[in-house]
Amino acid sequence: MKTDHNLSYKSAFSLIIKRDLTIAFRHRDDIINPLLFFIIVVTLFPLGIGPESTTLARIAPGIIWVAALLSTLLSLDRLFKSDHEDGSLEQMMLSPHPIFILVLAKIIAHWLVTGLPLIFIAPLLAVLLHLNENSYGALMLTLLLGTPVLSLLGAIGVALTVGIKKGGVLLSLLVLPLYIPILIFATSAIDTAAMNLPYSGQLAIIAALFFGSLTLAPFAVSAALKVSTN
Amino acid sequence: MFHKFGIKIIQKVILLANSQNIQPSNEQTDKQVLLSANELTCIREDRILFEALNFSVSSGDIIQVEGPNGSGKTSLLRILAGLSQPYDGSVLFQQQNIVDHADAFHQNLLYLGHLPGVKGEMTAQENLAFNLALHGNDVSTAEETLEEVNLLGFEDALASHLSAGQHRRIALARLWQSIAPIWILDEPFTAIDKRGVNTLEQLFLAHAQRGGCVILTTHQDLSFPEDKVKKITLDYRFY
Amino acid sequence: MWKWLHPYANPEVSYHFIGKLLPWLAKITMTLLAIGMVWALVFAPADYQQGDSFRIFYIHVPTAILSMSIYLAMASAAFCSLVWQFRLADASAAAMAPVGAVITAIALFTGAAWGKPMWGTWWIWDARLTSELVLLFLYLGVIALHNAFEDKNLAGKAAGILSLVGVVNIPIIKYSVEWWNTLHQGATVSKMSAPSMSMEMFWPFVICFLAIAMLVTFVISIRFRTEILARNSMRPWVRELITAEGIK
Repeated sequence: MKTDHNLSYKSAFSLIIKRDLTIAFRHRDDIINPLLFFIIVVTLFPLGIGPESTTLARIAPGIIWVAALLSTLLSLDRLFKSDHEDGSLEQMMLSPHPIFILVLAKIIAHWLVTGLPLIFIAPLLAVLLHLNENSYGALMLTLLLGTPVLSLLGAIGVALTVGIKKGGVLLSLLVLPLYIPILIFATSAIDTAAMNLPYSGQLAIIAALFFGSLTLAPFAVSAALKVSTN
Repeated sequence: MFHKFGIKIIQKVILLANSQNIQPSNEQTDKQVLLSANELTCIREDRILFEALNFSVSSGDIIQVEGPNGSGKTSLLRILAGLSQPYDGSVLFQQQNIVDHADAFHQNLLYLGHLPGVKGEMTAQENLAFNLALHGNDVSTAEETLEEVNLLGFEDALASHLSAGQHRRIALARLWQSIAPIWILDEPFTAIDKRGVNTLEQLFLAHAQRGGCVILTTHQDLSFPEDKVKKITLDYRFY
Repeated sequence: MWKWLHPYANPEVSYHFIGKLLPWLAKITMTLLAIGMVWALVFAPADYQQGDSFRIFYIHVPTAILSMSIYLAMASAAFCSLVWQFRLADASAAAMAPVGAVITAIALFTGAAWGKPMWGTWWIWDARLTSELVLLFLYLGVIALHNAFEDKNLAGKAAGILSLVGVVNIPIIKYSVEWWNTLHQGATVSKMSAPSMSMEMFWPFVICFLAIAMLVTFVISIRFRTEILARNSMRPWVRELITAEGIK
């Protein structure tokens, strides 16, 4: 029997992205809920700390970024969970493509529906928090480069916990410590921008973290998925 | 880690390969070893499910794995498909360990597990088309294939509105388009009605005739003639 | 070249081999601990600036150094297990994780206790204390993940992947925390630059370090043996052991 192989890596990649986006848009709650969570967490801070604009402006970068971390964490679950529960994950593992490609496609699709909306909504929240006007560019740029890192690192955690019944709390324990560097450099870039100083150094480090995790994380995710579907 | 038996199997495979070189006719009569299990041992939660299991599967074979619940049928099938790693031993496809040559092996494999792998958010046709495309099969005839599994009229229904039996039919529809010689099917008849079972059995026979092989578990009796089916029996072990 | 190592890859051989080593390890550990602690806590001179509170140094610094080394050892074991399917490495990584977590916790606790007389506060966001805290989180993550799996084999693999991810991240986290620290601290806390230690302080430190390192090795060896037994409970040699020694 002869088998031919008429699916290139590129088309496998776009096949998965298209499928995941289709599913996400037919299940819009999954996109909207983390976004609402992001907005609500940010609005809680002025209520807890007080409406004084100088204080809020001082802590705004930290608040926005911590809220972004938490809402990413909340949305991570759906990256592999439902696919694992209904058996499509094991079919993907058995497809004649490197798992690397499929994993990368799934993470990018996840970022498109959860990370990208955060970037669009962040300026509005920055207004609520009286963020310094000079910092808007830095806020957007750090989110643009930083949220993919959150998705990539988070994917490792999800892949490790996807087979565990109560993996939700465990996931945050595994993933949050890994988010520390990105939090530090992103908020620092925004702070520096507020002082009208160049922040390209921090941005370069975030970019390095992005490319580093883009190349390494899919391998860790593939290995973790092999363990989880065992 | 070459046990005596391992070497024997490899020799056998090499002999077969040589004999094929001598007469390159693709006749059904000379059987080709598709998959061989080599000293497989599986341990789950401190219990040995099976130990030092050896067998080989040739083209034309229909193999039924039997045994009581918890005897490791599913574990064996998952190991053969490369989804699980055995505690010891290896599975060889074309004399190569399937772990090291996963992509080549997966091109020749069709595995259906307990779970149908059907997304509720997609329609029956979208599900089938995705499954076919993912495994490199022809997508253009997805609609006709749905007719084969009695899902005509449901192709645009969201899978979340369909029954468990219909989900399984969507998953099984891949069999009609498959070009992979090795079929590993875990309980394929679950939630399938009598007529459907009959159709599937005919499909398995045809696949075996074409030179493929089928490895399956089922609690139902197959209606095949005795000589067509080989059986692997796993016993329940307490430690 | 590595042939002589092969017998030790057998769980039974390593179980008995470590069993023979244990009494010796215990004796060396006890001796070193006794000498080191008495020397460091009683006879070594007090620091001219910090007085007797300086003596925490003799526990804090060895545990801080070891907390990182144990993580590295655990990750190397995990690497061996993942790449070469070396099962004993799995057991050793599982044996190391909780010990490492406890050592890290001790380093943190003694660091805070040292901070009280030095800085007048229990906790300070000092770069080293902060990265030690993150290290503790990483340890706890590995342990929690290990416990979450029913199957020991899978648990070992999953925890191994996590500890490898952690090992890639530790330098990045450490660097970022130090960088963050210099950015925010200014000159409020003078860095604990290691002053050139007098010999009277250096030798008790060396003994204390060796003592705690031996203690860690001793505890990990005991845990390693237990892990071997737990992973091989259905093997005939473990069953024979049980009938020979009885279930305690």
